[in-house]
Amino acid sequence: MCLGIPGRVVEIRDDGGLLMGKVDFGGVRKDACLAYLPEVQLGDYVIIHVGFAISRVDEEEALKTLEILATMGDLMRSELATMGPGMDEPAVVSDDGTPVSGVFGAPVAGAPGSRA
Amino acid sequence: MKFLDEYRDPVLARKLVAEIHRVTTRPWTLMEVCGGQTHTIVKQGIDEALPEGVRMIHGPGCPVCVTPLEQVDKALAIAARPDVIFTSYGDMLRVPGSTTDLLALKARGADVRIVYSPLDALGIAVANPDRQVVFFAVGFETTAPANATAVAEAARRGIDNFSVLVSHVLVPPAMTALLESPNNKVQAFLAAGHVCAVMGWTEYEPIAAKYRVPIVVTGFEPLDLLEGILMAIRQLEEGRHEVENQYVRAVKREGVPLAQGQIFEVFEVGDRKWRGVGEIPASGYRLRAKYARFDAESRFSVGDIHTQEHPACIAGAILTGEKTPLDCTAYGTLCNPQKPLGAPMVSSEGTCAAFFGAGRGLGGLRTLSPATPLIQVAPIPGAQQSAR
Repeated sequence: MCLGIPGRVVEIRDDGGLLMGKVDFGGVRKDACLAYLPEVQLGDYVIIHVGFAISRVDEEEALKTLEILATMGDLMRSELATMGPGMDEPAVVSDDGTPVSGVFGAPVAGAPGSRA
Repeated sequence: MKFLDEYRDPVLARKLVAEIHRVTTRPWTLMEVCGGQTHTIVKQGIDEALPEGVRMIHGPGCPVCVTPLEQVDKALAIAARPDVIFTSYGDMLRVPGSTTDLLALKARGADVRIVYSPLDALGIAVANPDRQVVFFAVGFETTAPANATAVAEAARRGIDNFSVLVSHVLVPPAMTALLESPNNKVQAFLAAGHVCAVMGWTEYEPIAAKYRVPIVVTGFEPLDLLEGILMAIRQLEEGRHEVENQYVRAVKREGVPLAQGQIFEVFEVGDRKWRGVGEIPASGYRLRAKYARFDAESRFSVGDIHTQEHPACIAGAILTGEKTPLDCTAYGTLCNPQKPLGAPMVSSEGTCAAFFGAGRGLGGLRTLSPATPLIQVAPIPGAQQSAR
């Protein structure tokens, strides 16, 4: 029950004194209580947890994180280059030598990282 | 879906894994607090991709798992009453009580209903004025604002046939209890992102300082967890112990003040028992006196409950990270998600269910080498002697 899902606010209304809204999760729309985030605007992304918006997703910060992650590998490679040969990316295997499933495993049926 | 798919990118994930390997020079033991994080770590094999010696201990942050057996038994006693509609988050329904669970009770005719939000339970109360509607208010700080709002709305709208069975727990006292334990092995924490979204992280600053332990507020997607692990290991390697925030897109230092205001309008901090762990001082919420009339425990006077855990279940040791499901004799045999003995096998956030879902230790190549027979036959007395 602790799983929160990000969705886009598509409707805001006053429901008998309680700030409510509709939130779109990739096509599925659900009612949610927006009472704790009265500053939320239509089109904002919020994290919904048991029917309540508990956080507004900061798009700028979200993009910044992804940019930092994307450049990190390049920095690492340039640093590795200064360390001489023999430093391949570590093989990602489990302790018995089989490839790890999930995002690190060899490409298998069902795209990596895909989950309900 | 936006803000999910980007954080599951396998190319970026491999970069992060490589970076973790690069910065790690020593063995470290980290704990992810939240069961949602455990789920991602185990499902994606993140723990198995870490450098040798870097160990993830799976923390107690599974609300279903730590709800004490007494509260489950009280829920069962209340739900069995003919005048009651008992409402609950879905994952509480199969949590074993001493003798049965809510789902079995429902099958025997009790009116037990799954709700997605506590406001749905309130709606059921409005629609059934001649019945008593009870909501099982469990969870960490994440569900607390929602559960508090349901109670406050019931008071405001005069919905008197609504009450809550409260079993609310808090993350920081559990972390402190783990750190105080003489068996503690945890050197850094990944704090639960959504708990911190609500509460902020100021409560964690004194913990990081006092116990000299890095705490990284971390999200739930594979890239979030890998970055959180990287940030924690960097701190450990550099000898720092600060609260850092990986989950910048969703968490602010002060949290969501209106949500906190709602929590403390309805609840106050009190001692709580944790299933498998025991009582932790000031580790939960209880209703304030002002809202005591919405307390299902006093409304239905369900005191004097005699509880009994299954003797084979080692849930307590699993919740504190002392053991893994693979150390349990019942795991995958007596105990599985269809027939759970203990709560960590019930919820998708429980460590046992996460291990089971990922097929860990359940036969196949990972645990059975060709030398190990599929069926272990007990040695025949005398057979070894003749072999000599």
